[in-house]
Amino acid sequence: MKIWAIAGITFKEAKRDRILYLLFFFAAVSISATRILAILTVGDRVKIIKDVGLASISIFGVLMAVLIGTSLVYKEIDKKTILTLLSKPLRRAEFILGKFLGLVLTLFVMTVGMGLIFLAVVYLHTSRIEWPLLVAIAYVFLELVLITAVAILFSSFSTPILSSIFSLAFYLIGHISWGLNLLIKKMHAGAGKAAARFLYVFLPDLENFNFRTEAVHGLPIPSSIFLYSILYGVCYTAFILALAILVFRRRDFI
Amino acid sequence: MADAIRIESLRKSFRLGFIPKTTEILKGITFSVSEGEVFGYLGPNGAGKTTTIKCLLGLVFPDAGSIEIFGHPHLSARARQSLGFLPENPYFYDYLTASEFLAFTADLFGLGRREKDGRIDRLLKLVGLERAAGLPLRKFSRGMLQRAGLAQALINDPKLVVLDEPLGGMDPLGRKEIRDIIVRFKQEGKTVLFTSHILQDIEMICDHVAIIVGGRVVKQGALQDLVSEKVLFTEMTVAGVPPDAFRGLGESLSVQGDRVLLKIVEERRVDAVLSLVREKNGRVVSLSPRTETLEDIFVETVTGR
Repeated sequence: MKIWAIAGITFKEAKRDRILYLLFFFAAVSISATRILAILTVGDRVKIIKDVGLASISIFGVLMAVLIGTSLVYKEIDKKTILTLLSKPLRRAEFILGKFLGLVLTLFVMTVGMGLIFLAVVYLHTSRIEWPLLVAIAYVFLELVLITAVAILFSSFSTPILSSIFSLAFYLIGHISWGLNLLIKKMHAGAGKAAARFLYVFLPDLENFNFRTEAVHGLPIPSSIFLYSILYGVCYTAFILALAILVFRRRDFI
Repeated sequence: MADAIRIESLRKSFRLGFIPKTTEILKGITFSVSEGEVFGYLGPNGAGKTTTIKCLLGLVFPDAGSIEIFGHPHLSARARQSLGFLPENPYFYDYLTASEFLAFTADLFGLGRREKDGRIDRLLKLVGLERAAGLPLRKFSRGMLQRAGLAQALINDPKLVVLDEPLGGMDPLGRKEIRDIIVRFKQEGKTVLFTSHILQDIEMICDHVAIIVGGRVVKQGALQDLVSEKVLFTEMTVAGVPPDAFRGLGESLSVQGDRVLLKIVEERRVDAVLSLVREKNGRVVSLSPRTETLEDIFVETVTGR
């Protein structure tokens, strides 16, 4: 109940943020512009539309999660609304989870909006709804949920600018860490391999949520990978939120 | 009477600055507030008043010492459920209306819909905001925000109300209204702990006070015990007698037309001045004995004079 009250107020606050609408506008322009890009392309135009459209949803979704997520908790501390909230019978963990859920709800609405525009553009070319695209969007959303948790973790102890840099760094590392996995497979057993494996466990692998290539090219995906990605997303998000709660619980609000 | 608040040997240091330097803000604060009393917590800027209150509310974790609220540890759910808090310079979600904001705070206490609606209406009326209930808080003046803050502090019908500078920045009418509300809390049996720089207000409504200087409570007790009824001096305004005539009897503070304002330190000299005025066919315009005030005690305690 208390978590939902915080989530509700967070949703209300986030939807008043002009950055959100600005990013949504650019996302819509970017998705719609895939039609023009397709005209200029040699080859399968529909694949270009799908590829660029899905990438736009992912990139603008991440920017929304980072730019809004990193300021939400900080604003509460900066404007001292946190003093009123935490003097009530509200646990600090409930506050963090409420903030997280409120932003996840905001991103869900935005992802649905961007997804609908994208599906409409694809529908204009193919005259059918392609379900694999919906699956790819769902996994982009799962990635956004994790990025939201990361943004909230950083904003619980840092300024919005630093938090944004850290969160974007997390996103970039998350999309190149799969290279480490390839390296592990080619390395000989020993201390180096153990160290690389240890590093890989802690570094995020956001490619687990990337089903865009499969969705665009109509490639089959084994259900075990689907389930693994969901489990990975849920566990990593829970881990990051636990860290955020741990940091927030020890803070003094001067 | 049982203690509503018991604070013992509270210590708190902060590490502040680019190159962190430890500053001890609270150096062993000890005091208690009995149930049903209005307690004034005074001190100059930076003495540690707000830090003590933040420790009490669980916003800051003390380094040492203990805090109990109605016999429960201050961070326990039961302690939290029984208190209401108005921060200094309150800022709330300015896009919400007063009613929406109160509904939100009621949700944090898990109040049911019917109970919530009833309390919101009653509180808006109590703080005089019933006409502004539908206005967003960003359109509120400072005084109105203070009232909205007071209403949110009361949403759970708390047994203990903690007010950090509730009278700061308010006009005289607003101050009187807040004072009246605090007096009403006392009549309802609530305990009030509040900080203020406006000592006349504290003197008017507090039962007990504690004065904190440099992170230590240097004086505390019942107001009537601290403030003696001894006459410090008498102020007398006399007309129709030249100021020079009072030389040796009193200090002439100001002269306006034929009126002289005198400060007379010894009581026996008051009679001598009255005789002189009669003798010179003058007129006594006013006569007021000045007893010790809380301000005198405060200045004496803080400055050591």
